[in-house]
Amino acid sequence: MQTVKMVITGPFSSGKTEFIRSISEIEVVSTERGISENTAESMEKENTTVAMDFGRITVDDDLVLYLFGTPGQRRFDFMWEILAEGMLGFVVMVDSAKPETFREAKSILETFRAYANTPYVVAANKQDHPDAWAADDLRIALRIEDNVKLLPCIAKDKESVKNVLLELLYSILEEMEG
Amino acid sequence: MPLQGNIRDFSTTQLLNLINLARKTGTLTIFEGIKTGEKDAMGNEKLAPGAPRANVAFNTGKLIFAAMDSQDGNLVSVLNKAGKLTDEQARIIRERAKNTTDKALAMLLINANYVSQSDIVNSIKQHTLDVVYNLLTWAEGPFRFDDGKMPGNERIMVPIDLENVIIEGSRRIKEAEKLVEHLPNLDFALKFPENPKEKFKGIHLSVEEWRVGSSGNPQSTSRQIAKANNMSDMEIRRIVYGLEQAGLVELVKPPGMDSTGTTRTRPKAARTPQVQKNVVNKLIDKIKSI
Repeated sequence: MQTVKMVITGPFSSGKTEFIRSISEIEVVSTERGISENTAESMEKENTTVAMDFGRITVDDDLVLYLFGTPGQRRFDFMWEILAEGMLGFVVMVDSAKPETFREAKSILETFRAYANTPYVVAANKQDHPDAWAADDLRIALRIEDNVKLLPCIAKDKESVKNVLLELLYSILEEMEG
Repeated sequence: MPLQGNIRDFSTTQLLNLINLARKTGTLTIFEGIKTGEKDAMGNEKLAPGAPRANVAFNTGKLIFAAMDSQDGNLVSVLNKAGKLTDEQARIIRERAKNTTDKALAMLLINANYVSQSDIVNSIKQHTLDVVYNLLTWAEGPFRFDDGKMPGNERIMVPIDLENVIIEGSRRIKEAEKLVEHLPNLDFALKFPENPKEKFKGIHLSVEEWRVGSSGNPQSTSRQIAKANNMSDMEIRRIVYGLEQAGLVELVKPPGMDSTGTTRTRPKAARTPQVQKNVVNKLIDKIKSI
């Protein structure tokens, strides 16, 4: 049986776990831990991914797609390179309503680009949030080149997640054909 | 959707670049930051917007208006600062034209041959640029861009291309960094010569340099002098720096500030998988069917 791997990365609290949860056919295997109280992160959410999230989509008896979500906090970034090994492509999640994370998102994007020359897309997540920056503004803010797909996304919405993954697969296909 | 955040995370130069590239129309407001006691997603102190510090308006990506909350930016002050009206003329016009809009006042001044139309346009343009160059050096503060919001009709607006502003602004940021490093804060006292007129005799100084150099009270801080002369922080820093270098003022420097940076090692290249096209097509079909 062939397995194919995609990585979902991005800063802390950008919606990576939610993204995988929306599309995975299995309950996401998550390595979340409670966040220490009185930290910046604890204000954002109660749990964070410390090693990886793991989701699965079975295509048929011979093919399975694995989705790996990276830990968002910098202190777990030793996991990134391990997770990037053998990936077909990757998604960079950005919390569109938190401009303080844009620089970190760009840094993560560049780090993953350096790991492997594979196609990737950027998902402008939380587009349903009232403070969300529009995708076009995010492209300029993050200095994303025009040939890279930057897609509006709501990670808790399955159709939105499907669209992001499909666009990544189309990019992979285009590269193969090119 | 609003564009909002903190210039600590997304600098004013980056904002101008975004506004220019997206050809945006609206007003950018930068606020005083009020500490909330909370941390943001990156662990920095979260600042809520307080009183506005500056407003900058744009029309289809062009800079058209800028005003600093702490400065009197009306036409008389702008022309006075540009040297087109004397202090006395400015005082009289202020008294006589209290409730006159800038546009109406401009017409009156042109008709009375006080100034020409190009004097007004150039002075406003320079004032707008001074405000923007000054706020480009700010390191922190909440901001919000309101789409479509424009200054009142009574204001005179001069469209300015942003490309050059961004380039010149970036150059000034570097210069400002050096000045701030040299003069970390503006609360130090300036010590002037016993007789400034005598000491400054024969030295070619600009109007602003004269104003600072002859500010009288030897206990004055540069912040107080700036306020008295309607100058921005950077303007006073530049002048004090120049006067100090020329030996015309002395100052007592408070302790400097440190900055630290981190570097990250470049990762090794990861192995990429060999996957056939039909596998990708199967994945596409599967995801479509979910």
